[in-house]
Amino acid sequence: MKSSRFDATVLTLGFAFLYIPIIILVVYSFNASKLVTVWGGFSLQWYKTMWSNQGLMDAAWVTARVGVISATLGTVLGTLAALSLVRFTRFPGRMLFSGMIYAPLVMPEVITGLSLLLLFVAVGIDRGFWTVIIAHTTFTMCYVAIVVQSRLLTFDRSLEEAALDLGCPPVKTFFKITLPLIFPAVIAGWMLAFTLSLDDLVIASFATGPGATTLPIKIYSQVRLGVTPEINAICTILIGLVTIGVIIASISTKQAEMRRIRDEHAAIRGTT
Amino acid sequence: MASVSETHPANKPNPARWLVVAVPYVWLLLFFAAPFLIIFKISLSETAIAMPPYTPLFDGFGAIGDFVSELDFDNYLFLTDDPLYIEAYLSSLRIAVISTFLLLLIGYPMALAMARAPTMLRPTLVMLVILPFWTSFLIRVYAWIGILKPDGLLTLLFQSVGLLGADDQVQIFRTDYAVFIGIVYSYLPFMILPLYSALEKMDNTLLEAASDLGCPPWKAFWKITFPLSLPGVIAGSMICFIPITGEFVIPDLLGGADTLMIGKTLWTEFFGNRDWPLASAVAVILLIMLVVPIMIFQNQQKKVT
Repeated sequence: MKSSRFDATVLTLGFAFLYIPIIILVVYSFNASKLVTVWGGFSLQWYKTMWSNQGLMDAAWVTARVGVISATLGTVLGTLAALSLVRFTRFPGRMLFSGMIYAPLVMPEVITGLSLLLLFVAVGIDRGFWTVIIAHTTFTMCYVAIVVQSRLLTFDRSLEEAALDLGCPPVKTFFKITLPLIFPAVIAGWMLAFTLSLDDLVIASFATGPGATTLPIKIYSQVRLGVTPEINAICTILIGLVTIGVIIASISTKQAEMRRIRDEHAAIRGTT
Repeated sequence: MASVSETHPANKPNPARWLVVAVPYVWLLLFFAAPFLIIFKISLSETAIAMPPYTPLFDGFGAIGDFVSELDFDNYLFLTDDPLYIEAYLSSLRIAVISTFLLLLIGYPMALAMARAPTMLRPTLVMLVILPFWTSFLIRVYAWIGILKPDGLLTLLFQSVGLLGADDQVQIFRTDYAVFIGIVYSYLPFMILPLYSALEKMDNTLLEAASDLGCPPWKAFWKITFPLSLPGVIAGSMICFIPITGEFVIPDLLGGADTLMIGKTLWTEFFGNRDWPLASAVAVILLIMLVVPIMIFQNQQKKVT
């Protein structure tokens, strides 16, 4: 039993390390004092200043639009990529293809960002809103591909085969059978893509142009000038949104899982 | 497995099937592969005071002869001449190696404890590791500025417990130590998750057999647990090591003027000095340095699938 006490200590210290900085950040967004080290009482004034900061609000709106569009494009492309990797064992250049899926996951952002910028300049595209979307779609689709791929690998193909045997065309089979079955993974992929797009500073800094300042770029330029409670306030809102999103997602996957198990039990009872 | 899928009805020739592969393939060729060729090309061109700030190298396919004759390795020669760049590369590697080691040192016990936790608890623990990963990188680095800066919370804490005098301050912010703290903090979930998935799959009967045969727990760990978790160790280390080498945000916000990291150098060359060819050369060399770790990572990923 000595090892379980050791494990509990390790986990407590580890999670304290992971969470205390975030908790401190959230707590100080409600601080009435401007100084980080002084607690001046509870106040919502930084949320008010944040709300009336037009630059910050514009950047938030740009980021939200970039996030939704690039996550959606990235999810479509990533799901197709996952299908290609799992279902089509042989096609010309498959090695290169899988390499291009895995490499962006670890590629230092400065390299991805710089190379995309040079492409945009070489082709003569004006940098702005849409170039950020192209950049984000490119790296988020790889994450979506990994998430969907892991679902496809544990996928029971008998339903699909039954549909095809009964003469259902492959495209219809995909939309009627495959897609509903992998849908939780597709949604998880979309959420991951959206948060990655919301987070990205480095790639967006290279790919953006005038008029398309995203929230991380805005936050970064303010952070360089020092810690302000206003930044804490916007960070707190972002943390809150992400936490709610993750909790809703995990509850809904759990419910979907329960429903699936219940349906399977019902099916077994029905056949016997 | 291959023979099954080849006779499978879904794999019969079908135009839709080609689109499934072609659409993401072409997208990645255009926006991931092509940019690398361009970065390589521009790293071999001269700096020009213009927009874009480099001399065009390749004007159509007829110009291949000119292209070869105009190749210009000056940027690379410049990089090897100036010790600043070599030092920045070496310092990035040093910081990445040390931080990966620290991440293993902290992440391994946590992953092991998670894998040994009661089955009921495990999903919650995994969720607790993932949650900080979903919150913005920038926000998490920013959180540490408030803690580490000289008039920040750590100084306040040390002063209140008497570890520091009222006039002393913690001198961590804007040093390499702050960079290590920031990196370990930001990358810890990336290290824990692959380790956990390797450790969780482990067959516990092996450890029971070892203990029945009189093997002490620490020896059983080094003889059984650790070797079996090696794929997780390699995956986690590569997932952390490669991006850390090119890290920009953490050294820029937490590091000092003397913190040399190549990601920061590239950023300064590009945005500060507007020397695009030199920045491209810096990126190409960084990429060459990372080829071996990236190949190890890809092999590891292929084994998983």
